[in-house]
Amino acid sequence: MNPYLPITPEEREQMLKKIGVDSIEDLFCDVPEHIKLKEELKINDPLSEMEIRRRFSELGKNNKNIDDYTCYLGGGAYDHYIPSTVGHIAGRSEFYSSYTPYQPEVSQGTLQYIFEYQSMLAELTGMDVMNASMYDGATATAEAALMALRIKKKRNKIIVSKTVNPDTIDVLETYCHFRDIELEYLEEKDGETDPASLEKIDEETAGVIIQNPNFYGIIEDVVHISEAAQKSKSLLIMNVDPSTLGVLEAPGKLGADIVVGEGQSLGIPLSYGGPYVGFMGTTTKNMRKLPGRICGETVDEDGKRGFVLTLQAREQHIRREKANSNICSNQSLYALMNTVYLSTMGLSGMKEVGNQCISKASYAYKKLLETDKFEKAFDKPFFKEFVVKSKVDAEKINEALFENGIIGPLDLGKINEDMKNHLMFSITEKRTKDEIDKLVEILKGVE
Amino acid sequence: MRDYNKLIIELSKEGRKAYSIPKNDVETVDPEKYIPENVLRKEDPKLPEVYEVDVIRHYTNLSNKNYGVDTGFYPLGSCTMKYNPKINEDMAKLPNFANIHPRQPEDTVQGSLELMYELQEKLCEITGTDGFTLQPAAGAHGELTGLMIIKKYHEERNDTKRTKIIVPDSAHGTNPASATAVGYDIIEIKSRKDGSIDLDELKGALTDEVAGLMLTNPSTLGLFERNICEISKLVHEAGGLVYYDGANLNAIMGKSRPGDMGFDIVHLNLHKTFSTPHGGGGPGAGPVGVRHDLVKYLPVPVVGKKDDKYYLDYDKPSSIGRLMGFYGNFGVLLKAYTYILKMGASGLREASEAAVLNANYLQSQLKKEYKLPIEQVCKHEFVLSGMKDSDVHTLDIAKRMLDYGVHPPTVYFPLIIDEALMVEPTDTETLETLDNFIEIMNKIKKEAIENPKILEEAPTTTPVRRLDEVQAARKPKVKWD
Repeated sequence: MNPYLPITPEEREQMLKKIGVDSIEDLFCDVPEHIKLKEELKINDPLSEMEIRRRFSELGKNNKNIDDYTCYLGGGAYDHYIPSTVGHIAGRSEFYSSYTPYQPEVSQGTLQYIFEYQSMLAELTGMDVMNASMYDGATATAEAALMALRIKKKRNKIIVSKTVNPDTIDVLETYCHFRDIELEYLEEKDGETDPASLEKIDEETAGVIIQNPNFYGIIEDVVHISEAAQKSKSLLIMNVDPSTLGVLEAPGKLGADIVVGEGQSLGIPLSYGGPYVGFMGTTTKNMRKLPGRICGETVDEDGKRGFVLTLQAREQHIRREKANSNICSNQSLYALMNTVYLSTMGLSGMKEVGNQCISKASYAYKKLLETDKFEKAFDKPFFKEFVVKSKVDAEKINEALFENGIIGPLDLGKINEDMKNHLMFSITEKRTKDEIDKLVEILKGVE
Repeated sequence: MRDYNKLIIELSKEGRKAYSIPKNDVETVDPEKYIPENVLRKEDPKLPEVYEVDVIRHYTNLSNKNYGVDTGFYPLGSCTMKYNPKINEDMAKLPNFANIHPRQPEDTVQGSLELMYELQEKLCEITGTDGFTLQPAAGAHGELTGLMIIKKYHEERNDTKRTKIIVPDSAHGTNPASATAVGYDIIEIKSRKDGSIDLDELKGALTDEVAGLMLTNPSTLGLFERNICEISKLVHEAGGLVYYDGANLNAIMGKSRPGDMGFDIVHLNLHKTFSTPHGGGGPGAGPVGVRHDLVKYLPVPVVGKKDDKYYLDYDKPSSIGRLMGFYGNFGVLLKAYTYILKMGASGLREASEAAVLNANYLQSQLKKEYKLPIEQVCKHEFVLSGMKDSDVHTLDIAKRMLDYGVHPPTVYFPLIIDEALMVEPTDTETLETLDNFIEIMNKIKKEAIENPKILEEAPTTTPVRRLDEVQAARKPKVKWD
């Protein structure tokens, strides 16, 4: 008997009798005969837990994990340290086995952590209001574009910098195509947004999207872009990495109207690309244009502090086709992981992580350039990622590293033909001097 | 303990630390000297400074104020809150799956890709479709994907006047919202009293401007759409496509397949039917399956297989494009895969049979004291319309249930039923749990007759009582000061 289906055959007979039918098949009498399956589905037979574990063990052997290999990949997903607190709290099934908090009296745990999540992300980004999460950084960026068009109703153009993560741009293109939204691009020059292309921002532009640090790890000249957006009353949409915000200026202070980003770097396992969690926030003025759930503080009948989902007149279950967005389920449990991560790291931890990323990335950059195998690709300040141009074939480099237990840098030539043999290294606080020295030593020997 | 009422920031004292990371072992670069002054942070964010024990006790105390499937019965209609097997969680934590970077070379992620490929194949078989994308992050994201595929299909045929999507008035709110999100206008058609599609209404709405129809089957009233084959035939004859909202697949696994009913596009909610936890609002996963001639439109990348090697296939010129930063909620996909392995073909069929049996059992017993607007065999859920012999509101009934320690059903949905209470017991409950629920519902009925005030004042035993939602919306306080 299947352990998850606890009705016994005897109980089934009793129940059928009370219902007033003879068999289970009678309960499916409304399904037309010709579309009823006549035999079992052609999938596996039921497996025991032991057999499942064996299957996963077999499959797992064909994966190489970043505990066994040192990882220098980034590009939107990062190998930061995850404190033990995160898994233990997110592993509490009072949290993970609950539904969306539609009954607030028995969902105060979920609602309060959402409130705390919104608060901490608002503090980091300098925005007035955050929502309860989006699917990921890329979809949050696309939703921000749609939000800009809701605010700037008479405009139909979005401008995005080519220094934004190319996968994010792909998602944005998909969303824009099907809404007939005009999408234009700011050019890339020397690894950052080309100041000369800022003149493309015009009175038709609803929103301008930049990423900081950008896809190449470089810290953008946000102030000038922000001024250019303001000049034509376009909204500035900033996609940021929250792990940098203990050190870098809050986007809200730089003139951002909408802030989005990927929360993976705050305590979320890499897990082959998901689940991650997108965040999204804005100013009080534009609060009612936000998509997704928002949690607010209130009081109960006895005057006790409590939390509820609020401003729901923006959402699909109330407004249907007039809703701000179709989003319903989000990534709540992963917002909890962000919350526990930020509570654990606190102010000093966030600064420490940021500072170590900058120091270690700078160290690796310097050491790599000293080998004569690499030259500078760009010459701009970066945070935890940087690009170098290799004099040796990129594939050879990654092969040599892999043989030595290292998952090497991102080969940008595989993403963009113009960037053949450009390698992008991601260096988090997890990397040690010894690891970086070993990396450099191996690379010295690659011909 | 449930009186605990602090915010984490209220525990904060300067200098306290809950983390430890090794000292920086390379030359320190001073950000103030390295990063341009105008992008350097000037004001500290207000983040908690607490000890590890504070973090753990704080969030443990919060968890105690939550109700999950692991706490008790959760008959929340349309949400399929079935038990989430623990093996799912264990498999997702294995380092060979949890600690894989999404940009690793394909050779180093063959295990993940094989799992995804197999899951695609299994979902095709379960739904009777020919190709699947695992990318969408949730049901609504799946709807968005499906509607983009509909739009692309008509675009490629240069059939540009099809600007409308038909949605019945009994549909989930996400259906019309998703159609708007891809630029469609909505034609809402009235359902018949039993929640089924009115064929005359449908025929009247079908023109050469219609791109497709979105339908949930069983419907949101928990009833199987008997005319489904005729409905899909009508839409196809009018040149449209038929979209299956998979929220209610838990009623028909191994019994009947959307593909065989004439649906062209299907989304599934893995966090409903396939037992992955809902996480207090997500993450879910909303894979989308399509019939053979629509496979070319699926978002990139899909997982392919060539000579025993698995790969991410980006070479799809007709694809609608990319829909997520990476490949979807892989950790959720893995849990659903585990569940399918565990259940097998017979187990999935038995799960649907159990879900339908349990729902019909509750319906047969609850209709004695509660109004059942449509008297017929239901599928995995059914909708009551308030109480017999009393005009107490559904909201008060729901709040009173909280005092009895069970999660209430979905209330006030679908919109076409007055004072709706939508009950979905799922397949994973014992007869004792079902009987206990019936007993509670009957007790509440008795209370409503004898002293309705008890219901109006409920709940009284929960961590907080009814909350002032008006104040929350009027003066939004959405972060700490």
